[in-house]
Amino acid sequence: MGIGVSTKDLRKIYTSPPPMAGPAARGRMMGRKERKKFEIVALDGVSLEISPGEVFGLLGPNGAGKSTTIGILTTRVRPTGGEARIGQFDVWRQQVEAKRLIGVVQQRPNLDFALTAREILTFHGAYYGLPSAERSHRAAELLDKFQLTERANDVARNFSGGMMQRLSIARAMMHDPQVLFLDEPSTGLDPQTRLLLWEIVREYNRIGKTILLTTHNMEEADALCHRIAIIDHGRVIALDAPAALKASIPGGYLLRLHVSRSTTELVARLEAMAGVREARQNGDRIDLYADRGGPLIGPIAAAVAESGTELYDVHISEPSLENLFLHHTGRSLRQ
Amino acid sequence: MNWKTFFAMLARDAHVARRNLVALLLQTMLQPLLFVFIFGRVMTSSGLMPENYKSMLLPGIIGMSMVFTGIQAVAMPLIAEFQFTHEIEDRLLAPMRIEWLAVEKVLAGMLQALVAGGFVVPASWLLLGKGVALSLNQPLLFAGVLVLVALFASAGGLTLGCSVNQTQIGLMFSLLLAPMISFGCIYYPWSALSAFPVIQKLVLLNPLVYASEGLRATLAPQYGHIPLAVVMGALLAIDAALIAAGLRQFYQKAVS
Ligand SMILES: Nc1ncnc2c1ncn2[C@@H]1O[C@H](COP(=O)(O)OP(=O)(O)OP(=O)(O)O)[C@@H](O)[C@H]1O
Ligand SMILES: [Mg+2]
Repeated sequence: MGIGVSTKDLRKIYTSPPPMAGPAARGRMMGRKERKKFEIVALDGVSLEISPGEVFGLLGPNGAGKSTTIGILTTRVRPTGGEARIGQFDVWRQQVEAKRLIGVVQQRPNLDFALTAREILTFHGAYYGLPSAERSHRAAELLDKFQLTERANDVARNFSGGMMQRLSIARAMMHDPQVLFLDEPSTGLDPQTRLLLWEIVREYNRIGKTILLTTHNMEEADALCHRIAIIDHGRVIALDAPAALKASIPGGYLLRLHVSRSTTELVARLEAMAGVREARQNGDRIDLYADRGGPLIGPIAAAVAESGTELYDVHISEPSLENLFLHHTGRSLRQ
Repeated sequence: MNWKTFFAMLARDAHVARRNLVALLLQTMLQPLLFVFIFGRVMTSSGLMPENYKSMLLPGIIGMSMVFTGIQAVAMPLIAEFQFTHEIEDRLLAPMRIEWLAVEKVLAGMLQALVAGGFVVPASWLLLGKGVALSLNQPLLFAGVLVLVALFASAGGLTLGCSVNQTQIGLMFSLLLAPMISFGCIYYPWSALSAFPVIQKLVLLNPLVYASEGLRATLAPQYGHIPLAVVMGALLAIDAALIAAGLRQFYQKAVS
């Protein structure tokens, strides 16, 4: 029971610009030679092992390669190298078998605008060979679950962004897939609907389904995922349970200082303070990883004053995936 | 091959087409019927054109309607779905090899082209009034030509729909389809071009010529036409080439 997902040393190099990128990026004005040179390394050796029945999160900044990973796992993107499997099936070589096992919510909306909400679900069911009675039954059930029954007979074209998102998720669950891929499922959802989504994901997982989701939202990853992989520049830079990941940040607390002038001497001094594990300097900003927060402010202020600079600002954050990301990449996830 | 999936997609296209039936019919019928009325009725009644021009014109009009219906029915949704609405994604994820989705599109386009042809014949006949002399001596050959023309139209639609950008739709009509009509031997038989030998050779590159001549050969054989064997051979070759090109383009659009 349950189907796992795995990738081995997955690589993807895009050799043409994304189709939606518009005339400038498509390089219509470029010569042939220049156009040939277009190359984006989207994935640079991603290996993941997702167990049957696991909720697994991919976390990373824009352009990290999350959607590309999902694209390869769902047959929509051709890998340049490496291997992707859904259960026992090689996604690229056994596409149809793999597709039968998965449900996908893609990042960009792709509802069938020619159909009503109910028809979107029933036709989707028909593509998977569900008998007619089961189609209508399941469609009604899902419309209800996602609070769309009232609008069931409207064409999806007129839906709000959040309603489209809910309908997309309902559609992905329509054929009862063993593995559910959700690429930023909570984008555009209001807080209440987000909670509804979380509940639905948990419930779906409780009956043994595997779920792979991407998100920018720490809270979401923390609340839903058994394990998380942090991806940056097409590489997995950390992978573990949320709690374990958070525990792996030195100290756990992050104190971000903004000073008028930072010197190596000051940084060394701060790093030597009791409770501080690591200090990193970045211009006039200093990040301290420490095992406590508030109690350090007094000593820090004193040290800064003694070195003849001014302390503009201190920001303390508790152990979080955000800090973890910052620690690994030197960049904030939200930028 | 997963026929359930295939037929579900065909059912989806039929459902959408049925919902838009009136708009679709207007879109595909209006232009040809206006042509029929002006050239076939006004010009002949006024004596500017001989009466027997009617029977010359009708096969060409049938071909044109079929070709344009087929091309538009396949190409326009594909252009929008690949570049703008992404509607097609859900079907690309269905448990069937994606090439079959292209085949389904072609089949749906063929059916629409044949339906268009089926509507144009009686409508034009009515508009033309008396004096239409069509004969159906070789029904099987006629059916064969119809199928090959419909396939040319929808495979052409597949190729265009997967090669043309949203921004180039206007160009597609003005630079490709409009000249195809003018030099498609719709309003005149191919033999009428004999006064322009260079053009007469060049238009042989235009698939629409074979559609018109093929229909003329089987419906109004009294006019001189390109030999039917040549027409069938050319249509077969064109169909095969367009299917191959269309499938390739479709695949490139569908998988990044
Ligand atoms: N179809 C495509 N053609 C060319 N390049 C692409 C294509 N899709 C993605 N890319 C590029 O590959 C890289 C990874 O993109 P991807 O969409 O996987 O990132 P992501 O982690 O999902 O980002 P986001 O959080 O913005 O969704 C980016 O640099 C992007 O520009
Ligand atoms: Mg993405």
